[in-house]
Formats: sequence, C-alpha cells, structure tokens
Amino acid sequence: MSDVKKFMYVNRKAPYGTIYAWEALEVVLIGAAFEQDVSLAFVDDGVFQLVKGQDTTELGIKNFSPTYSALGDYDVNKIYVEKESLDARGLTIDDLMPLTYEDEDDDWAEKDSIRVVTAAEMAEILEQQDVVLSF
Amino acid sequence: MSTLHTVNKSPFDRPSLQTCLRLAGKDHAVLLFEDGVYGALQGSTVADTVKKALDTVSIYVLGADLKARGLSEDKLIDGIKIVDYKGFVELTVENDKVNAWL
Repeated sequence: MSDVKKFMYVNRKAPYGTIYAWEALEVVLIGAAFEQDVSLAFVDDGVFQLVKGQDTTELGIKNFSPTYSALGDYDVNKIYVEKESLDARGLTIDDLMPLTYEDEDDDWAEKDSIRVVTAAEMAEILEQQDVVLSF
Repeated sequence: MSTLHTVNKSPFDRPSLQTCLRLAGKDHAVLLFEDGVYGALQGSTVADTVKKALDTVSIYVLGADLKARGLSEDKLIDGIKIVDYKGFVELTVENDKVNAWL
C-alpha cells in the first residue's frame, strides 16, 4: 500500500461567516472515499467550527456541525486542535463537541478523535504530511 | 451625531473590531453580528479591549448569530447586550447613521 499518502486538511476559518468551513468538510468526506491517510487540523478561527451546541435555526441556513461526528465512520479519526488557538479565543476542549471513532485494532473500543496539540507539535504533524490542503 | 457601528468579521481574523472601538465616539453603539460575535467572548485576547470600550460605548450582539455558533449568554463579556433582528433594526433607526466595519 505504498500508494497511500498522508493528507492533511487545515481549517482556519470560522463556520457560517464564509463558506470555507463547509467546503472543507465536503472535500474531506469526498477524499475519505479514496482510502488515504487523512488528518484534520483546526487552527486560528477554525477551532470555532468544533464548538458544541451550534443552532442555525434563526439564520435559516444548514447547521453542518453534526457532520463532524460522522468523520469517525469514514476512518477520519486524527483531528488535531491547536492549543494556542483555543487559548487566544478563551476556549477549552470542554467547549468542543466530543468526536469519537471505534478502533478496529482494539476490539472496536470507542476513542476520542480530537487531540489538542501545541503549535510545536502541530508543526511536526504538518511536516510529516505528503499533501496539505488549506481552507 | 449618534452612530451605530456594525462589525461582522472575527477580531482574530482582521482588526475591524479593534479599529472600530479605537475610532468610535463617546456614547456610540456597536453591534456585533455574523463572525463579529466572536468579539463578545470572555477570556479571549481581545476581551480586555472590548471591556475597556464598554466604558464609552454600548455594545450589542445579535442573538441568532451567537446561537448558530454555539455561544451561550454566559460566555459573553458582562455588559454586552443581546438583541434580536428587531433590535438590530431599532438600533439603525435610533442612530443618525450606520458605519459598517467590514
């Protein structure tokens, strides 16, 4: 399987104000069908995409935040959130929706997909990628 | 002249809010909507600037945009008032002009 590449999708925009967040999610879901090694990074205002309790009823536009919960079923279970970006916005991991996946190598145990990492760790993770797509 | 300043961009993405608060006159009104609502969050890097501005201007935030983004009232800086779309319209009527900081 040497043709499997490491794909990283970098999310840096808040949801709803622009279309970037939703477009990125669409691309991730399409890309997931190609059985590559997929990771997601949430940096800068991108961390707002994962805030729990989103309700767009009054805006009359689609609330796409529940879709993030489906990523685990597409084997997208490496979701990195930069700690510095959370801190700057007064957020902690408790403000984010819980995202999980079932680990087939560990008797389908349910595990957390979100990993809060430092900027230095994020830099290292980016370094390891074959392809980086930024939104 | 009373002015309503509107800010619809995230203060972490560009300095629209910071510039608005720096240049808004005494007793002016500032409305945060769309991605501008992130400026109302407690504990962020812009929170101190916003708190200080509340001494001279009134700051409002559009409730529908807060809800869409999962931000509850207890997350907001004290003194910021939540308005609905009707309140948005009333603010535009009450003030002599609107200055939109994009």
